[in-house]
Amino acid sequence: MGLKSFDPSSFSLGGDAFGLTRLDYAVDQIKRHGVNWARKHSLWPMPFATACCGIELMAVAASRYDISRFGAEAMRFSPRQCDLLIVAGRVVMKMMPVLQKIYLQMTEPKWVISMGACASSGGVFDTYAVVQGIDQFVPVDVYLPGCPPRPETILEGFMAIQRIVTEHGIVPSAERKGLGLVVTAPPKTNVALGPGLAASIGNN
Amino acid sequence: MAVADVMIALQSRFPELALSAKPLCILPNGQPGDQVYVRVPVERLMDVMRFLKDDARCQFNFLSDVTCVDYLEYPDADDRFGVTYNLASYPLGHRLFVKVFVNDPEPAVPSVTPIWKGAEWTEREVYDMFGIRFTGHPDLRRILMPPNFVDHPLRKDYPLRGKGEREAFDVLTRESA
Repeated sequence: MGLKSFDPSSFSLGGDAFGLTRLDYAVDQIKRHGVNWARKHSLWPMPFATACCGIELMAVAASRYDISRFGAEAMRFSPRQCDLLIVAGRVVMKMMPVLQKIYLQMTEPKWVISMGACASSGGVFDTYAVVQGIDQFVPVDVYLPGCPPRPETILEGFMAIQRIVTEHGIVPSAERKGLGLVVTAPPKTNVALGPGLAASIGNN
Repeated sequence: MAVADVMIALQSRFPELALSAKPLCILPNGQPGDQVYVRVPVERLMDVMRFLKDDARCQFNFLSDVTCVDYLEYPDADDRFGVTYNLASYPLGHRLFVKVFVNDPEPAVPSVTPIWKGAEWTEREVYDMFGIRFTGHPDLRRILMPPNFVDHPLRKDYPLRGKGEREAFDVLTRESA
């Protein structure tokens, strides 16, 4: 398609408003969804990765699954810069005070994902040292099932956080009681390679 | 077999202890395993260990590990705790396990840190998990469990799920945070 044949009236970035620039598009979205539309696409995760779930979390941040599509690629290791705590892995009794201090140091509004069987329930580690579910001592918004969860499940959980943000984002977490506690279902299908990529890799 | 030379050296140096090499394990086919252990009375542990380190036929210059077994309610066991030293010799390429047995209520073993400096952390781990006091240890603190932990969790009379330590935290709620 050459430049001469470009028809501006067929060009839309979504929504019923006619968008010419990205700024127009953003203003339009904020008008319709409020500032939470911007906030939910700019979550900053704090990875608290203590076990193999952390490896899956790294895979989500890498190119194939690419959490930056959801605006959460800026993982920071300082809780003061973050608003989404992802507890990935088992938490032992020596680590629990550390986790609580990290939660307290995060600024409001903040959300917590309990990732995997161990963080949610202790998993198979029913021993004296392993805390049987971090939700006993730290408020949790979204639980991710799996041992470890597949990257698709992590993205599902992240989108669940985005739904919570859409509804209650500005409200401090103290005032959004009873509105969290989402258990994400694992997606029904896994990500498959497209035909071109599958042919170029040649693994099937 | 190099360990046989070690046993001859040990028996000639300490004839009053009547030391003998026993297999560390019996294989599933009924045969004894290759590795052997020597049971040493706790009063003479330091003499035996110094000899094993310095003697030309032994030369155990590497303390590979210090660990412990709790023989509580174990069939045919006379003593409760078996502190096990895993010695290896780099120059001569052989390995020997030394066991000392101690009992309640105050199990104590002399520390081998004057001989092998690397025993410091392994003895701290045995102290942490089993409560064996190593007399003469320079820094006998817990190494794995938190400092305010009171029990010794690898003792057989300690329950698997603990005594409630894993539930003893302040509860952070959205309101209190």
